[in-house]
Amino acid sequence: MSDPTDLSLAQLRDALAAKDVSSAEATDAYLSKIEGASALNAYVRVEGDKAREAAKASDDRRAKGEAGPLEGVPLGIKDLFCTKGIPSTAASRILEGFTPPYESTVTSNLLRDGAVFLGKLNMDEFAMGSSNETSAFGPVINPWRKSGSNATHIGADGKVEGGLTPGGSSGGSSSAVAAHLCAAATATDTGGSIRQPASLTATVGVKPTYGRCSRWGIVAFASSLDQAGPIARDVRDAAIMLRSMAGHDPKDSTSIDRPVPDYEAALGQGVKGLKVGVPKEYRLDGMPSEIEALWQQGIDWMRDAGAEVVEISLPLTKYALPVYYIVAPAEASSNLARYDGVKYGLRVEDPDIQTMYAKTRAAGFGQEVQRRILIGTYVLSAGYYDAYYLRAQKVRKKIADEMNEAFGSVDLMLTPSTPSAAFGLGEKSSDPVEMYLNDVFTVTANLAGIPGVSVPAGIDAQGLPLGLQLLGRPFDEETLLRGAKAIEDAAGFTARPEKWW
Amino acid sequence: MSIDEKTVAKVAKLARIALPEERLAPMTHELNGILNWIEQLQEVDVEGVEAMASSVHAALPLRKDELKTDETGGGRPEEVVANAPRTEDHFFVVPKVVE
Repeated sequence: MSDPTDLSLAQLRDALAAKDVSSAEATDAYLSKIEGASALNAYVRVEGDKAREAAKASDDRRAKGEAGPLEGVPLGIKDLFCTKGIPSTAASRILEGFTPPYESTVTSNLLRDGAVFLGKLNMDEFAMGSSNETSAFGPVINPWRKSGSNATHIGADGKVEGGLTPGGSSGGSSSAVAAHLCAAATATDTGGSIRQPASLTATVGVKPTYGRCSRWGIVAFASSLDQAGPIARDVRDAAIMLRSMAGHDPKDSTSIDRPVPDYEAALGQGVKGLKVGVPKEYRLDGMPSEIEALWQQGIDWMRDAGAEVVEISLPLTKYALPVYYIVAPAEASSNLARYDGVKYGLRVEDPDIQTMYAKTRAAGFGQEVQRRILIGTYVLSAGYYDAYYLRAQKVRKKIADEMNEAFGSVDLMLTPSTPSAAFGLGEKSSDPVEMYLNDVFTVTANLAGIPGVSVPAGIDAQGLPLGLQLLGRPFDEETLLRGAKAIEDAAGFTARPEKWW
Repeated sequence: MSIDEKTVAKVAKLARIALPEERLAPMTHELNGILNWIEQLQEVDVEGVEAMASSVHAALPLRKDELKTDETGGGRPEEVVANAPRTEDHFFVVPKVVE
């Protein structure tokens, strides 16, 4: 058997079923690969012993004929998911030492289907960020690097120099999947945190419809926007992951009780006869010509595959990000009120309880999280609530209506995933708003609650990957993934980052 | 609308985040950068538009008001306090708040 980490999730699943490889062998192969990739900083915690035990138990189940759909497949889990008996920190100092006594519903579903967890993946603190630089564990490095002399490399002191971001907030997930440090990973998307990192690392990232995956046991950021989904090597792998992750959960009141289709089975249906909308407002001033060209290429691919492509108009597009930066911080300021040094995590002692709260939160939250809590507190405070928060909620309604109306005449929308390829660490961290603009193409899907996917589609002149995004109707992830498969087939994307770490 | 240092200090107090004196000016500058950018929402006509809190249209599900034994249920005091920085028996311990 060749290296099992080279296999896609679907191939590994089939190899495990054919007993060409055992879960124990695959898990060991991944664990040694992770050990050799510490420079990427993709994992915040590797659970080698637990993973080996789980792999052995999985092999035993298979021997007894009790194999689940993901039986024995080693996965990486974003540290936003609570995992029973395994510390879960949301990459924040304030959750230092927190070990959940329960398992999130999404990870429970994966365990039910036989998956093996390798460890917890790095991310932006509380999923707030687009570059993974806000993590208390330090930034994740993108395995992709620019061609030429300024390429990412390990310096004389053993540290990474010239590193590029793998995107965020699910940067550990995207980096680990791109570097083959897991067969696939869980991720979450509040404004683009699955699709933007997927685009920057040539991986496939699916943000399902709001309500498709349970939020129970996932550390909350902005509850009306957060949604879990997979980052995987290809569309088939993402489809397999999504089927296991999704499903109704009585413990999440916003989880929707609808049957979960076999997404993998839908992939072969193609896009013939589908109508694909191209929103003209997504053509931004100053957008790199390569992204513009790739988008046109995507339009041609869809046409060649038999879809009808039409231009559509979404005039409110430019207001989506400003709405998001009121709604998300408002919800975050409320959700993060629970971190007070009393119930779990960090506490900075003081004889006065109010001072204890304030000192604990100042020491435990990083700068970006503090900024967002303050913005959220401000827009919810007396005197500003109507002007900011209520107005943002109304504009959100108009944006969602505009989106849903457009879906009355098209089946899918095709856009770029991101306004640029991977950028250098530190390049955008001085200006919060410049960083926020990373999510300009992705955030509308969160406001409207619709599903979206980023698919690797091309390579820019510097050798960095670029993705295309498809958006779909609520709960129609099947059509979304059919479209993604059509792009994947047409793009024939096979490039891989060469190992420098 | 821009925010001044006094308001930032007040908001930080409301949010229970200790903001050191030297962070006050830079934080005010950063927040103003964000708020000025958000300001463009004032252009949108929202007359008569309903405020949207969620994309889910389903009615909030109700369940029987009874103790469940699953992970959301009660009867697990050890687990509830297991991660607390300071506890006594099954209580969270905080600094004295009543004179």
